[in-house]
Amino acid sequence: MAVELYLDLFSQPCRSVFMFAKKNNIPFEFKKVSLMDGEHYGDDFGKISIIRKVPALRDGDFCLSESIAIMVYLAEKFQTPDFWYPADLQQRARVNEYLSWQHTAIRMQGSKMFWLRLMIPKMIGMEVPKEKMDGALEDLNNSLNLIEEKFLQDRPFIVGDRMSLADLVAIVEIMQPLGAGLDVFDGRPRLSSWRDRVRTFIGEELFDEAHQNILGAQEGLKQIDPSKLELFKPKILRLFL
Amino acid sequence: MELYLDLVSPPCRAVYLFAEALKIPFEFKLVDLSAGQQYSEEFGKLSVVKKVPVLKDGSFVLTESTAILEYLVQKCSVADHWFPADLQQRARVNEYLSWQHLNLRSHCSKVFLLRTLYPFVMGSEVPKEKMDAAVEDMKQSLNLLEDKFLQNKPFIVGNKISLADVVAMVEIMQPLGTGVDGFQGRPKLMAWRDRVKKELGEKLFDKTHEAVLNSSGLQQKMQNNSELQKLKPLFIKYFR
Repeated sequence: MAVELYLDLFSQPCRSVFMFAKKNNIPFEFKKVSLMDGEHYGDDFGKISIIRKVPALRDGDFCLSESIAIMVYLAEKFQTPDFWYPADLQQRARVNEYLSWQHTAIRMQGSKMFWLRLMIPKMIGMEVPKEKMDGALEDLNNSLNLIEEKFLQDRPFIVGDRMSLADLVAIVEIMQPLGAGLDVFDGRPRLSSWRDRVRTFIGEELFDEAHQNILGAQEGLKQIDPSKLELFKPKILRLFL
Repeated sequence: MELYLDLVSPPCRAVYLFAEALKIPFEFKLVDLSAGQQYSEEFGKLSVVKKVPVLKDGSFVLTESTAILEYLVQKCSVADHWFPADLQQRARVNEYLSWQHLNLRSHCSKVFLLRTLYPFVMGSEVPKEKMDAAVEDMKQSLNLLEDKFLQNKPFIVGNKISLADVVAMVEIMQPLGTGVDGFQGRPKLMAWRDRVKKELGEKLFDKTHEAVLNSSGLQQKMQNNSELQKLKPLFIKYFR
């Protein structure tokens, strides 16, 4: 039985897992969980993950959540090339350092920007106070600055010459605000060339396939019934506003 | 090897407890957070992120407690159960360490900071609505800790303690001194806490938590510190 991956490519961590599995030719069954339709709250998905988040993995009886745990599991199980999660003590520590830092930094801020700029005004129909928007943009820029100054510096990739899970997890978060029309690469040539290297390394077709939904979000939303978001409204507002 | 720590910070306690319990030799370098020392020029040279804990091993500098813990596990020969080599057990530890950042850690910290720092920074008591929401979030995280991660096992991964239990425990301890007891009404968590304390060493555990449990002492310290007054604008944003 193939590994099942429960994914929605609107979600950044789902994109990392998707690209990782595909790039490494790991056989898996793509199980779509439509977040917009609230499928993560359904009974079926609840059996896979009580946390009710994507991505999730099912390998026989074994169910696992959290994209980083999933990718490290797949890397070990399918013996992917060392560079993804190097065995070397210091290199692995550098990957772990980025993977840990990013949760409360770029992940939070990229998500927030997407919701504040697009989802809340267009789908929930609420105006976002300028102060909140400016604050969110400042936080996002501070994280991007740290990525450039601490994690990337003058290296081709976060850990060195080769791509690793750190770059894979970083890129999907940095791409998220683009879905809301905010070009975070503008005025950041170092980040732009890193993005190009990452896209080439993963494979342009795979990278673009993974990002199709999010980059088409502004258009795609026009087809979605806003009432679908009523369920999430209180949670979203508390989280981001 | 140097560890830059302030035991008021939960991730610092996790690193400290682990290193001490496993008798890993290190030099304790205090970075006094309630005096704003993490913003000093000197500390900024060590870590541009300006947070604790930080490890310095020769010329190698590492931030992020979970990265530091895994580095120590990999470098020193520790018993397998701390970070099992078994594929599925390790995945369970990784799953917890990943989940906790934006859940238990974030929620327990928020409660602690609202109780100790908010009045100091904002000059008023915490609005009831804000406090209630923070405590509710913490409750939801504790529910998930019990229902998903611990269930009916002695420890998060199974029969033995791992990094996951240490990282979880220090977060729940954080708001305890401010009067928000995450263990209250949760006998399963209390029993787990007692098991974890026993594994790490009760005296070590209690000593490590001394500072954070004395929150009124902390507040006094902050009020008296002129350096910290200057940092108020930084904190205001967090509370908006």
